[in-house]
Amino acid sequence: MKHTLSILVENKPGVLTRVAGLFARRAFNIESLAVGLSEDPRLSRITIVIDGDEHPVDQVTKQLHKLINVLKIRDLQPDNSVSAELLLVRVAADGDKRTDALQIAEIFKAKIVDVDRRALTLRVVGTNDKVEAMLELLQPLGILEVVRTGTIAMGRGKG
Amino acid sequence: MTPDKKMKGSQALVAALEHEGCEVMFGYPGGVAIPFYDALYDAKKLRHVLVRHEQGAAHAADGYARATGKVGVCTATSGPGAANLVTGIATAYLDSSPLVAITWQVRSDLIGTDAFQEADITGMTLPIVKHSYLVKSSADLPRIVHEAFHIASTGRPGPVVIDIPVDIALGELAYRDADSIDLPGYRPTVKGHVKQIRAAAKAINEAQRPVLYLGGGVIAADAAPEVLRLAELRRLPVATTLMGLGAFPETHELSMGMLGMHGTVTANYAVHECDLLINLGARFDDRVTGKLKAFAPHARIIHADVDPAEIGKNVEALIPIVGDAKHVATGLVGELEGMEWPAERTAEWLARIAARKDEFPLHYEDPKDGKLAPQLVIQEIDRLTAHDAIICTDVGQHQMWATQYYTYRYPRQFISSGGLGTMGFGLPASIGAKIGNPDKTVVDISGDGGFQMTMQELATAVSYDVPVVVCILNNGYLGMVRQWQDLFWNKRYSFTCIEVQPDFKMLAEAFGAVGLLVTEKDEIEPALREALGCGRPAVIDFRTSAAENVFPMVPAGQEITEMIGGPGNKGRKS
Repeated sequence: MKHTLSILVENKPGVLTRVAGLFARRAFNIESLAVGLSEDPRLSRITIVIDGDEHPVDQVTKQLHKLINVLKIRDLQPDNSVSAELLLVRVAADGDKRTDALQIAEIFKAKIVDVDRRALTLRVVGTNDKVEAMLELLQPLGILEVVRTGTIAMGRGKG
Repeated sequence: MTPDKKMKGSQALVAALEHEGCEVMFGYPGGVAIPFYDALYDAKKLRHVLVRHEQGAAHAADGYARATGKVGVCTATSGPGAANLVTGIATAYLDSSPLVAITWQVRSDLIGTDAFQEADITGMTLPIVKHSYLVKSSADLPRIVHEAFHIASTGRPGPVVIDIPVDIALGELAYRDADSIDLPGYRPTVKGHVKQIRAAAKAINEAQRPVLYLGGGVIAADAAPEVLRLAELRRLPVATTLMGLGAFPETHELSMGMLGMHGTVTANYAVHECDLLINLGARFDDRVTGKLKAFAPHARIIHADVDPAEIGKNVEALIPIVGDAKHVATGLVGELEGMEWPAERTAEWLARIAARKDEFPLHYEDPKDGKLAPQLVIQEIDRLTAHDAIICTDVGQHQMWATQYYTYRYPRQFISSGGLGTMGFGLPASIGAKIGNPDKTVVDISGDGGFQMTMQELATAVSYDVPVVVCILNNGYLGMVRQWQDLFWNKRYSFTCIEVQPDFKMLAEAFGAVGLLVTEKDEIEPALREALGCGRPAVIDFRTSAAENVFPMVPAGQEITEMIGGPGNKGRKS
């Protein structure tokens, strides 16, 4: 099962290296990682998605807690959190394919952000499932390039 | 409060170290370290010991820390100097030793340009430090030093690196002693949860076959008196790890000695058969557990550790307690004192353990090649120092014999690289231990392989008049690897024979130390008496038998019942 960890860290040089380095040192695989400033400019928030079947989440969390610059870690559950990721995808769209691509974009409320004779670039924001579903539908048309931000997530309500 | 005083960063560092109570540091100068060494030249309280190689500085500081319980401090210049500390920092990390390593760095504006003697030491040490700093401003120095000492010495101790660019040492600041700590992300839990302690006490009270399994955490938390009280209160048989040697007196009737790969038959079978295993400050290391699935198969497990990440890492505990050994043992004693307990509950168990101690003592035979039995040499060191010396070791067979044949009675008496297994640790660590305990006899038990890795530190011992006694168990082999080749690799002794080596007696004399050679049994005592009594650094070259192996032995990854030299497998001795 996938786990989304929301990690509040001090916004200091080298902190991301420490977090990423810990995953390397303990041989934990990262599925995705996103980092940015939090509501407090002295703090950053890192969202990491890991496969909980492969590594005990408990052990990952405890090791993270040992880093001096890590202040708080939440293991966000799907039923009480919201999550999203942003995807840019360039898909082949010449001839008949163009209509298909536009239809898929419409269904997923993706925005067309670039276009030329042969291809379209779509931008979509959504949960990991939604992004994956759109990629699957675009696959037969020919995906030329994919860039994704990785999941960011937040607890619901007052958290 | 001291008024702010204008000074340079280098002077502020000396002041801050002195403020932390640092009396001695071990180091080696170099280009970008010159400003600091210039300030050190005027230091009134802080003493600096010049080693002969930076690795020696790290091990000496580590040995000082382990022997005294205080923070050990070492320093080295940028690039190669700092890189030479790495093995020592990793050694301290794996054994949770409080070390502060100060490295010097090229000028801030040169960082990243591949400048002369530039190395990214904070990057290189990232996986082997508890924390590290790259100092950005001279004004931060007092705070960073204060934080570094706090982090290194509290919770689960460990090494902290402070990397200081040379311009920070030259920059001016208004110095004031730092006394407050603001580390929102660092709050170690030292007090165990009352409910968990109560549950553990209940389990201890009910157990019919309990075993107390002690690790280095007991020594780090200064918990030996509380643990002794706990063991005596419910007559708990005690097994210690290598790092835990000295946490419980081996002269005590409840002591079963060390457990694990080269542990005693009694300790290992007690763990195998117990119905309750009480782990205080140990980490279920693979050298202790052997095959994890078969470890303590009948036991309920209590695991108390100050590091929550250790709990559940290797073995699932029925009753986990996050807290240090001192608080937990005190709490357990408090609970148990209020409970009824019939002594006959564990009587059968204690009788079984006593019988096994009689049946399976550690033993060895006189080597057939006429050379010295290494075990005998250690027994003689034990006898002639009256179980009272601080023993430092390198890594390998001699280290295991030192665990088996010396009698440890008090914490911080046995100083050895347990986790990382660093050859060359012994001599520099013994120098640090002796400097920290000038009134104690300090003996470094080493092998001919390990000694040659850091033997240049004899010059340090001689120049600072640090009278450590180095006992080399010289069998002309890298003995532990040879032992594995002997037992598991068809006696193919690939590159483990090191018969061509210096004459250690002459070598010691060349350094200005006392050198002695012992080849016969009856020379052991006079040589040891001379070395122990001469008041100078001394080296004794004991010519021991290469055919001797360390037994008992649980082969790596096997069950305890597969022990060579144990009840189920007596015959497989070499």
